[in-house]
Amino acid sequence: MALVETVPGPTAQHTTLSGEEATAQAERKTRRLRWILLTPALAIICGIGIMPLSIILVYSFMSPGPYAGISWEPTFDAWISLVLERDIFDDTLQLNDAHISILFRSLWLALLTTVLTLIFGFPLAYFIATRPARQRNLWLFMISLPFWSNLLVRTFAMMLFLRDDGYINNVLLLIGLIDKPMILIYTEFAVAVGLVYAFLPLMVMPLYASMEKLDFRLIEAGYDLYANRLQVLRRVIIPLVKPGIVAGCILVFIPAIGSWVTPKLLGGGKGLMVGNLISNQFGTSRDWPLGSAIALFLMLMVMIALIIYVRNSTAARDHG
Amino acid sequence: MAVFSIVLLYGPLIVMAFFSFNESRSVTLFTGFSWTWYQQAAGNERVQEAALLSLQIALVATIVATTVATMAGLATTRTKSFKALPVVYAIINQPLMVPEIVTAVGTLVFFGIIKQVTGVYGLGYLMLAHIVFCIPFAYMPIRARLEDMDLTYEHAAADLYATPWLAFKRVTFPLMLPGILAGAMLSFVISLDDVIISLLVAGPGETTLPIWMIGQLRRGLTPEVNAISTVLLGVTVLVVSLVFLLTIRKR
Repeated sequence: MALVETVPGPTAQHTTLSGEEATAQAERKTRRLRWILLTPALAIICGIGIMPLSIILVYSFMSPGPYAGISWEPTFDAWISLVLERDIFDDTLQLNDAHISILFRSLWLALLTTVLTLIFGFPLAYFIATRPARQRNLWLFMISLPFWSNLLVRTFAMMLFLRDDGYINNVLLLIGLIDKPMILIYTEFAVAVGLVYAFLPLMVMPLYASMEKLDFRLIEAGYDLYANRLQVLRRVIIPLVKPGIVAGCILVFIPAIGSWVTPKLLGGGKGLMVGNLISNQFGTSRDWPLGSAIALFLMLMVMIALIIYVRNSTAARDHG
Repeated sequence: MAVFSIVLLYGPLIVMAFFSFNESRSVTLFTGFSWTWYQQAAGNERVQEAALLSLQIALVATIVATTVATMAGLATTRTKSFKALPVVYAIINQPLMVPEIVTAVGTLVFFGIIKQVTGVYGLGYLMLAHIVFCIPFAYMPIRARLEDMDLTYEHAAADLYATPWLAFKRVTFPLMLPGILAGAMLSFVISLDDVIISLLVAGPGETTLPIWMIGQLRRGLTPEVNAISTVLLGVTVLVVSLVFLLTIRKR
């Protein structure tokens, strides 16, 4: 981090104070100025970004209200019904299959997306890193441009391809490979395709950042020592770009597991993910405490991923 | 491989844009070129209202988020490193670390309480929600720019008896302007694109363009949505290209 020295402003030279006193005074002044400058950003994010999280924490321990909202009766019911449900007939607790299957599907789809983006993104990042320096920025721009475009627009484009009368089916029918349209949309497969398409740039950018620093002489040295391509990849390249791999996986995993638009539009009823489950509790199901509990559970999974990342990156820094 | 990936990334978007000029209602069979769907979308009152609302929110969110992020950028890079710095970074990046859906329901509940207590309703809530998640996007390029800038210019200004304010106005600000512009533009596209937070936080009648679009998509694909998507895509490409030109590092 390139943090720089204090801006002096009118320091000792302009004042009649003794050197030491003036420095102390200037120091106090910068400190005050720094916090004045920081206050609005921190106040907005703490007040409107972090406050809500503590409120849903409280709500998750309350009972659902009659129409929506909550009633102030503390209970663990919401957290229990995250994975268990009470049988309507004999009042025993059983595993809640609907919730568990959605939670597992979310985890599975997020992991699948992470692995697939890594498989596609790795060669792509390597390709960019081996271009002449002047072309690299342009390539990187090309990769990141779709990421900035509207997710809804990109998902819409996927819908056009995956529909029963979409481009994929139309082309396959035309060349006679199939004789009736394949069911592509409203499956887990469609969600996976949509997620990979949406998050590939997030994998490529950190991978490229660490590959750019790669010393390519080491790869040549590997070949000189009679390593084959696979060995060079496994023993030289992957260990060296590991921080980039971890960063890319985290950057993809977090939005993938929390995604809402993609499963909503491409998954239909069979491809719902935890994000949709949460919003349903605040919509049609009207169970705010349960919705809060699921939201916090999702956040917990994300936090675990982040902790893995932080530990990994500090370890990398300590060794480097 | 790389070319293949680029084709995969851009192919669907290009095909989508291509079919927005389709003459017939079908979004998959091309029959002839026409501007029909653009005209229809532009003439649709709901689209006009939604687009106007989205622009309004995006403008306010951009101005506030960029101002606040510029101040925070100055505080975190122009002064000596301080102990609380990692905490400050963590807070500023918080909106990026929490899944959007969690932020969305949290904000929904929180604003619900405030509305109940104060009785104040209005568009301000949605704007505030947008400001929060725009701040980290505005902050990133501003901080990057400031970290690349040499402090010697500011030292020189101070040596020439410029007051800190004058040094900021004449030296620091012009130098950091590309970063500020880049941050503002990123905030603008991020706000314009937001779906899930807007969907949950928006009050009745506050239909932004993405909210309108998702409602349409649930009912079926129409070439009108196709045309609007293409326009949105065009806006993003334009804005992000400008950001790229502004932030490109000269070595």
